[in-house]
Amino acid sequence: MSIELRNVTKRFGGVAAVNNVSFTVQEGELMALLGPSGGGKTTVLRMIAGLEVPSSGDLFIRRQRVNDIPVQRRNIGFVFQNYALFKNMTVFGNVAFGLKIQRWRRQDIAARVAELLEVFELTGLERRYPHQLSGGQRQRVAIARALASKPSVLLLDEPFGAVDAKIRQELREWLVRLHHELNVTTIFVTHDQEEAMEVANRIVIFSRGNLEQVGTPREVYEQPANEFVARFIGVMNVLDLEVRSGVARLHELEFPAPGLADGQRVRIGFRPYAVQLASDVAQFRYRAVIRHTFFLGIMLRLELELASGLILRARITKEEYARLGLADDREVSFQISQYRVLGNEAAALAPEQAVADPPRLAVTDNL
Amino acid sequence: MTGTRQPIERADVGRTPRGAEEPRWVKGLLIAAALAFVLVFLLLPLANVFAQAFAKGWTYCAQSLLDADTRAAIRLTLAVAAITVPLNLLFGLAAAWAIAKFEFRGKSLLITLIDLPFSVSPVVAGLVFVILFGRQGYLGPWLEAHDVQVIFALPGMVLATVFVTFPFVARELIPVMQATGTEQEEAALTLGANGWQTFWHVTLPSVKWGLLYGVILCNARAMGEFGAVSVVSGHITGLTDTLPLRVEKLYHDYNLTAAFTVAGLLALLALLTLVLKTLLEWKQARDDGRVEREPETPTA
Repeated sequence: MSIELRNVTKRFGGVAAVNNVSFTVQEGELMALLGPSGGGKTTVLRMIAGLEVPSSGDLFIRRQRVNDIPVQRRNIGFVFQNYALFKNMTVFGNVAFGLKIQRWRRQDIAARVAELLEVFELTGLERRYPHQLSGGQRQRVAIARALASKPSVLLLDEPFGAVDAKIRQELREWLVRLHHELNVTTIFVTHDQEEAMEVANRIVIFSRGNLEQVGTPREVYEQPANEFVARFIGVMNVLDLEVRSGVARLHELEFPAPGLADGQRVRIGFRPYAVQLASDVAQFRYRAVIRHTFFLGIMLRLELELASGLILRARITKEEYARLGLADDREVSFQISQYRVLGNEAAALAPEQAVADPPRLAVTDNL
Repeated sequence: MTGTRQPIERADVGRTPRGAEEPRWVKGLLIAAALAFVLVFLLLPLANVFAQAFAKGWTYCAQSLLDADTRAAIRLTLAVAAITVPLNLLFGLAAAWAIAKFEFRGKSLLITLIDLPFSVSPVVAGLVFVILFGRQGYLGPWLEAHDVQVIFALPGMVLATVFVTFPFVARELIPVMQATGTEQEEAALTLGANGWQTFWHVTLPSVKWGLLYGVILCNARAMGEFGAVSVVSGHITGLTDTLPLRVEKLYHDYNLTAAFTVAGLLALLALLTLVLKTLLEWKQARDDGRVEREPETPTA
């Protein structure tokens, strides 16, 4: 394996920015560290780089414990959020900096820089200064500079944060291709779940300094470890139900909950795709009006408003939408085909329940 | 389309400022007042200095500069500045670095203390050193026993000048360094550079204009300082007179033309400082322009 964190904690003052985190990154992986701001992901990245020292725990790069190895000798390439290009140096000077420090021979430096500039489509810009480059060019210079001395790991802090939405998509695809070609172990930090899902082989999800889940994009989406992950990755409808005479309800929505005491509160969550729609208002049990339609490429997301004013989100393909003849302000009927019982944010999730006829709420520890 | 819109925009441009601005006569009056003030209090005296210096012709002017005591004063002034400026350059760099790049207890106290020389009268600064190092001072007897003379000699004058001029470099550098942040230095570290290489190749070039600016101001003040140096110098003609002290002495000796000639030398230094300062401000603004054009992004 390429990188391993074992029970790593980082405190700033008394506050744990990273709390007892363990995970491994395999050689050649493209890994995302994902989480909301202040989740500790950038601190983890900086610890791997050696820009921060763990308060406790062990950090290994290629099986070597590197806690006490200074940043200069870790053989990593780091791309900063704002690129941190040396603004008093040209593109050539920036990319050559690490090689000059390592006392490469002059002609070797020239050859390596020329090679990198070609890979990064920067040929001809050698003599430009950073302020004369576009956002995308600056980022490519920053990555070329980080890769110049052939590091074993490439670390990127919010690599797409500083460019506008239009080039962001291109850069994502470009990073995937680059990783495929160079095959260098790559870890990047992002707060954008869509970006992580699209680019990474595997994702590490953080919240408030804790590691919530490690897995492939598909795993974290389909088998979220807890409510935080379930809500952070993708969209989820969450309902707060109250039990009365064996039925948990919120407005007109009802879920049988035999054996639960009256007044007990139950929370459930379900994905938009679990909402089954019919244009025939009598086909399913509940009725709603389509308030808004959001176009997401081949998928559409619908905002449904129930008679009580409750809003639910549903997702359906463009074809299905056309087949059912749906439109804004149309009344439809629906049912919820799958849902999960939610505990508190960090508790493990109950398995997803398929609705075979009337849904039943299982009595679990999470209630 | 554009053709029809343009006249409207032009009309808007014409109207808005007139609505927001003061009446024309207020503007005129303010500018006239400011100009008159500058003329009477700054330009006239300056012109007068040079007029008086040349009152008895070029040769007399040259002679007063070639006078042995005046030449000694020039040498001493240069010596004091040559020692003071590098010292304050080092101190200013260290202080600005500490304040801009690190968080530590007592940081705001340090910032306040750096400004102290600005708020203390230079005479008091001079007296402090007399009390410390003078014959009747705390360290006086010890210094005398070891045959070290501080007061009424070069070391004392350097000390007093260092004290008076030490805010200049630090104050120029702190905002520049704070604006630059630490990312470029961290980038250098990840590329294998050690602390010294990072400082030399990354930190220093990014603050060079601010640093030069601070050095020039520091130098101008070091050469022109009167109060603090006057207290510790002892006014020994030909030995401990700097240029400002020499001007005063010539003036008291009713040697007006010579006094104004030496004063003209100091005034020239001031003018040169102003020119360099303007040049550097222009350079710095250009570099800052680069920084602002970089995309702004929220911090994670």
